[in-house]
Amino acid sequence: MFNILALSQAWLTNEAPVAIVVLPLIMGAVCALLPKERLAWFCVLITTLICTGLSFLILRDVMANGTISYALGGWDPPLGIEYRVDGLNAPVLMLISVIGVICTLYALRSVSAEIEPKKRGPFYGAFMIAFAGLLGMVVTGDAFNVFVFLEVSSISTYVLVAMGASRDRRALNAAYNYLILGSIGATFFVIGVGFLYMQTGTLNMADIARILAESPESRVTQVAFAFIVVGLGLKLAMFPLHLWLPGAYAYAPSFVTAFLAATATKAALYLLFRFVFTIFDPTADFIISALTWLLAVLGVIGMFFASFQAIFQSDARRLLAFSSVAQVGYMLLGVGIGTMAGVTAGYVHLLGHAMTKGALFLCLGAIWYQFGITRISDFKGLGKTMPWTMGAFTIAGISLIGVPGTVGFVSKFALLTAAADKGWWWAVAAIMFTSILALIYIGRMLEAAWLQDRPKVDGVDVATREAPASMLIAMWTLAIACVVFGVNASWPLELAGRAASVIMGGAG
Amino acid sequence: MNSHLILRTVSKFLIPLIVVYGLYVHFHGDFGPGGGFQAGVIVAAAVVLYALIFGLDACKVAVPPSWIRIGMTTGVLLYVGTGVVTWLLGGAFLDYDVLRNNPDHPAGQHLGIILVELGVLFTVATVMVAIFYAFGSRTPDISDEDW
Amino acid sequence: MLSMIAEHFNYAVVIVLMMTGLYVVFASDNMIKKLVGLSVFQTSVFLLYITIGKVTGGIPPIIEGLHGGGHDADHANAAAQGLQAAAGAAKGTHGSDYGAGHSAEILYSNPLPHVLILTAIVVGVATLSVGLALVVRIREVYGTIEEAEIDQINYAFNLEGTGEAASDV
Repeated sequence: MFNILALSQAWLTNEAPVAIVVLPLIMGAVCALLPKERLAWFCVLITTLICTGLSFLILRDVMANGTISYALGGWDPPLGIEYRVDGLNAPVLMLISVIGVICTLYALRSVSAEIEPKKRGPFYGAFMIAFAGLLGMVVTGDAFNVFVFLEVSSISTYVLVAMGASRDRRALNAAYNYLILGSIGATFFVIGVGFLYMQTGTLNMADIARILAESPESRVTQVAFAFIVVGLGLKLAMFPLHLWLPGAYAYAPSFVTAFLAATATKAALYLLFRFVFTIFDPTADFIISALTWLLAVLGVIGMFFASFQAIFQSDARRLLAFSSVAQVGYMLLGVGIGTMAGVTAGYVHLLGHAMTKGALFLCLGAIWYQFGITRISDFKGLGKTMPWTMGAFTIAGISLIGVPGTVGFVSKFALLTAAADKGWWWAVAAIMFTSILALIYIGRMLEAAWLQDRPKVDGVDVATREAPASMLIAMWTLAIACVVFGVNASWPLELAGRAASVIMGGAG
Repeated sequence: MNSHLILRTVSKFLIPLIVVYGLYVHFHGDFGPGGGFQAGVIVAAAVVLYALIFGLDACKVAVPPSWIRIGMTTGVLLYVGTGVVTWLLGGAFLDYDVLRNNPDHPAGQHLGIILVELGVLFTVATVMVAIFYAFGSRTPDISDEDW
Repeated sequence: MLSMIAEHFNYAVVIVLMMTGLYVVFASDNMIKKLVGLSVFQTSVFLLYITIGKVTGGIPPIIEGLHGGGHDADHANAAAQGLQAAAGAAKGTHGSDYGAGHSAEILYSNPLPHVLILTAIVVGVATLSVGLALVVRIREVYGTIEEAEIDQINYAFNLEGTGEAASDV
């Protein structure tokens, strides 16, 4: 009765867009019940590995055959829910699942240090559900389904952030602020989707785009655009709406911070790309002026403001959190430029920054794990006490600054070129100047770690205490990825070029 | 609570009826308004009523928290499991038609939606009770005499 | 002006609720009150969606003849037609002009927004309960649920932390 032969590779490729969401959801439910922490961790590792495999299959299929469409429950779109993968979201799927594997590897030691034993099973369960939600909001082709997955991932993220309370009670306050602002963001998004539905009578993204292109521009569409951009802006920490981010990143468990920094804002940013360019008509006057005067300008202000704030932080994790807000500014600038080159640059920066910031936060977590420090003033001599960790931190740090030979340089250079082509010399100057600011804040930490002597406890130098191997493997994988994609940038640039051609193809 | 004879008697009579009504709402969801969400909340309301009348401790004996945790997972697994079975039968995910193949009569759709909504019922009912337990079990730091 | 408000009565209520909710979230200092404001804000969206789904003169989208002898052969066909009729009605729903669902003989209200809002209500319940759980924990740890007081406690804690770091050096 059960057709086992159907489980061939072709079948897997066919069903992968759904399987990649369903599998972590099942495991989330199972993990929450598992009594043994190791067992739960192992389940999570296996799940993320399988998801990586599936996302690789999807990516390969998209590269070879173009867009994949999957009709859920056999109901054809636009009536049914459609899962749709094309060149724009396939790389983001790959990114989220690979970061998931790396963070899980790291979690083995860090979770047992940071979370109370009784809560570890549910913690892994919540992580799996957040993971499934992120993958779901990237893979789905239905506007309301995006909202559902956005909230699935957000609510479990609030829980994950609050679990940091066993280490620092401020995590509770941070999670509460994140909940309030995140819910407002998601509600704004759903209001926007409601207006789109009012205008078009459908929720399928491709169908919305088709009907909007046929109908004349109306006030309802503009209202929908405004609500969706503000809602997603809250989720991706666009400059004046970023207030939840520093607290949430600084007090969450370190594994959660690394995962969130590398994926959550990136998935929201992908949605911004998706909505602004492929659903709305980016050649309309209203949207062009919003891109130029809102997204690009706010992106640049955010780059300056958040970089300056980062310089004056005393806590290393808050520093990197503000730096994340600044980096989101670069990506928004790429969106705001709105040309093929600009979108490509923004997209490469999205992929590159995920690796860079993931590696940086993993290193900070390892430093806390061994010495219990987060203040930059305590970083003295870390280069001698934890040479490997600081090595990875340094590589990722110079990638964040944008030194040639790293992935940070590739994307910043692409962004510079795009801005110069557009004739936006103020943007070029802003990118240069904020890179110097990044040099200052990363340099502060590197200077303390490498150039100062190791601290003395009772007159004796602190001994070298390197992070455990599982943590080192995780952070070095990301750090090496920063360099490999920096030296040989053809792969990320090709992916981003594909994504940009999806976007611009949709434009006309 | 021993003094509230009327409350206790009436609720003993009502609680089974509420649960049966919840199940009615669930199974009738196939033909008319109703379904797993509403049914789950109604069933949870019965448990909450029991806890209000007989006390939380008695309620935790009747509906142990461990059942609640298992119920939450069972609901999700029932929902997703239906999808997995449709996969194994060669259809798309949650394509109920393959559950019972009959060209004249969409029996598969009936069966599929009932199973999926049963999963929703389990999860909603247990999650509601879990939320109630979680808030109800906290010891208040103002004792009753201080009011 | 008055007649415009009367015609768009639902939208007026939506806007008032939305602004009230947002104002409460931003203006109040008490964490529970903020959550109340958030709930009011989300409720306004439910009302917005329900308003979209209303088709003037439309009847509930339950297909006649299905209930009694519901197992006839063209059951699925009838269901699909009903769905399309409803979708057609929805496409006529531009702003206040929601009476244009003329594609079917029987006019059905659009059921889809109701289903969507059922999902959104569940999401709202989940958010609210996570929020309340956080507030309970905050109350246990900090001893207050006033944001200003918590900020003060955190600020004092920060100063203390730097004081310790300074004394180590």
